[in-house]
Amino acid sequence: MSRLYDFHGGIHPPENKQQSSATPIRQLPLPPLLHIALGQSVGNAALPCVQPGQRVLKGQCIAEADGRLSSAVHAPTSGNIIAIGEHAFAHPSGLPAATITLQPDGLEQWQPRQNLPHWRDASGSELRDFLQQMGIVGLGGAVFPTHLKLAARELQTLVVNGAECEPYISCDDRLMQERAADIVAGIGIAAHALRAGEVLIGIEDNKPQAIAAMQAACHGTPFRVVAIPTKYPSGSAKQLIRVLTGKEIPHGVRATELGVQCLNVGTLYAIARAVLHGEPLLSRIVTLTGAVADAANVEALIGTPLDWLLAQAGHTTAAEVIMGGPMMGFTVPDLAAGLSKAGNCLIVKSPAEFPPRPAAMPCIRCGECATACPMELQPMDLFWFAKARNFGKAQEWHLFDCIECGACSYVCPSQIPLVDYYRFAKSEIWAAERDKKAADLARRRHDFRQFRIEREKSEKAERLAARAAEQAAKLAASQAATTTVSSAQDDPKKAIIAAAMARAAEQQESKPLPDSHTQALDDAKQAAIKAAMERAAARKAAAQQSSDDSSNAAANPAGSTGIDNAKQAAIQAAMERAAARKAAAQQSSDDSGNNAAANPVSATGIDDTKQAAIQAAMERAAARKAAAQQSNDASGNNAAANPVSATGIDDAKQAAIKAAMERAAARKAAAQQDQQDPT
Amino acid sequence: MTTLLLALLIMVALALLLGAVLGFASVRFRVDGDPLVEKIDAILPQTQCGQCGHPGCHPYAEAIADGSDDINKCPPGGEDGIRKLAELLGVEFKPFAADAPQPKPKAVALIDEATCIGCTLCIQACPVDAILGSAKMMHTIIADECTGCELCIAPCPVDCIRMIPQGTDLTNWKWRYPTIPIKALKTAPESRA
Repeated sequence: MSRLYDFHGGIHPPENKQQSSATPIRQLPLPPLLHIALGQSVGNAALPCVQPGQRVLKGQCIAEADGRLSSAVHAPTSGNIIAIGEHAFAHPSGLPAATITLQPDGLEQWQPRQNLPHWRDASGSELRDFLQQMGIVGLGGAVFPTHLKLAARELQTLVVNGAECEPYISCDDRLMQERAADIVAGIGIAAHALRAGEVLIGIEDNKPQAIAAMQAACHGTPFRVVAIPTKYPSGSAKQLIRVLTGKEIPHGVRATELGVQCLNVGTLYAIARAVLHGEPLLSRIVTLTGAVADAANVEALIGTPLDWLLAQAGHTTAAEVIMGGPMMGFTVPDLAAGLSKAGNCLIVKSPAEFPPRPAAMPCIRCGECATACPMELQPMDLFWFAKARNFGKAQEWHLFDCIECGACSYVCPSQIPLVDYYRFAKSEIWAAERDKKAADLARRRHDFRQFRIEREKSEKAERLAARAAEQAAKLAASQAATTTVSSAQDDPKKAIIAAAMARAAEQQESKPLPDSHTQALDDAKQAAIKAAMERAAARKAAAQQSSDDSSNAAANPAGSTGIDNAKQAAIQAAMERAAARKAAAQQSSDDSGNNAAANPVSATGIDDTKQAAIQAAMERAAARKAAAQQSNDASGNNAAANPVSATGIDDAKQAAIKAAMERAAARKAAAQQDQQDPT
Repeated sequence: MTTLLLALLIMVALALLLGAVLGFASVRFRVDGDPLVEKIDAILPQTQCGQCGHPGCHPYAEAIADGSDDINKCPPGGEDGIRKLAELLGVEFKPFAADAPQPKPKAVALIDEATCIGCTLCIQACPVDAILGSAKMMHTIIADECTGCELCIAPCPVDCIRMIPQGTDLTNWKWRYPTIPIKALKTAPESRA
């Protein structure tokens, strides 16, 4: 008999286990419907892999694990999927959760069972993947995925948790009494996977039959059953490790770092069923107790509606129901929810057993809570900080070491619901952390955007500089080649014209003409020069116009580059553009209020697409002018109708922009009319 | 006389030496930027919405730090944000101005993808690049990265962006502050019996 240790604090609430622990585990008939929530473990909810209307077999995977910290979900019986959607969920918030609803067909038809017979030779990752696919999670109530717990290596001690310290609950007790052999098989698998040096099975000494059954099952194995003194919360992992091994797990350290891992007996039973028999986690033992006619432990399928489940124990009243134990459990907001893998106990409240908690009185700092706290915290200080919303200070006093066992609330003479304050403080801190994470992400993305915009700007400037340099070089070349330079104009225009000239010269040079620098230019070159001249004339007209009418600054013709065989048409277009613009300018100078919505359509000899393009350009210019004028007139007016820079437009977009422009013009006209009416 | 001169000499030498040390230290241990700005920026919610009148959270933090703007101009930060700023800067808490935008629940923009014409205007407006799309292609919001700044709503030419308030689900549900539940005193006669 090895030495047992004691942990600080703890309480001895009335056990109330005998109501349900005396009768064997009952098998239940199939419920009419199963509501299987997808979030059956901590971490991400599983991803459904079935469709509504699909027939599934017992044990078939209906939702796959999503990420490491997630676990698969299986069909607890054969039947039809009738819905995938939100349904009531057993959670203190009362919020619905994604749920698969299954209608059993009563056939209990299994899919081919795949066990892992060679588990002794299986690699650690193979066993872990297998357990994840089998949906094995911690059945003590925390539903932590078991495959992650088995990732530890070279353990000194594997602690098996059969303490079941919370009042009323007796599901592990009955499981150990009736199915000890499977539990021991599961211990064998876990101990092998973890390469545990020793295995200690801790069972509270208020369960003598379970201790005897486990001792009998462990006969011939190196596993040791240890009866531990009954004290709440000895079933908490850290406390049980302390009792059995004497190791105290410091703040921020995991038990595995000290060479200890703790697994619940229910979980080990599920491991054995999965590995040896190929059965995924489809059901669990649930204690139905409290104000019910026949309290008992039942083996219920995951997803069994809680109200149906309680009806099996003879519960018919509308009293509130606690899921979990009376110390750590919560009142189920909606009994239509399906049983989850965490549901170890359902207690129907009765006024006799659960009198309403008296109103909280002020804290008198008696220190009873500090005496009872198994984590050796200062609950009265944590309460003070949580009440004052001083969360930073609460964290400094190790709020997150609190296991929410409820011992402090139980002993408080002022009846203060201390754990409620700690839960409130914890969730506020988590929410603040989420917000901070989101703010940091937003800051990073905003900073990168600023950087990107700057980079694009500098890249564009570099590109323009490079192009200008190129053009200057070409200009120099063309000056050497041709002597005819157009009349003196301002620089950019000259550069563009010179570029056009240079292009024409290049074209000419590419042709095998013997004398390139003679006065006799061929037709193409002549046309090019003519075009350039006409463009220059048009631009000059535009410049004059813009100097006359300063508001019209945007009517800049699209850079006319690329002179090809259809040069003649382009020249004609340029001429007509210039004429049109001049006409528009005249019109606007004559009648400033009137916008150029009904602009003169010209272009007689041009093909259709070009005509359309010119018209679009005209309308763009008109709209832009109108917008500028509008913003001049009414500076407060939001110029939402800002035209997009129309580069690289194809037909569809052209049509869209044209439509938008016309809308803008109409809107503007309306706005102007509105403005003019009052004046 | 020599004592006086010696004393003067020592004082002058000390002054020069210490001055040199201070001068060196001010160069060597120079702090780039204002650390206060970073502290203020860390409190601001980084929605980059511009409701404070500055083009982003960092410029507003700079304005607060140099005293040119008030601490109550950030509606997304809420009153909690103002309290934190007041605590950091050692000034009085100041409520939001009555005519200023008031805080509202966090929301995320949603593009009606059937109406979107793919004009890219909202993409250019988004301060955190949370909109995905390209010219003439449908755009969509990366909900996880949307700060709810509403800057994309105004430029949309077809008004296809809405703000969807963020509801509570199991991932962001919070325990409430413990309160004494109020129960109706008047009960039905049969339950009293």
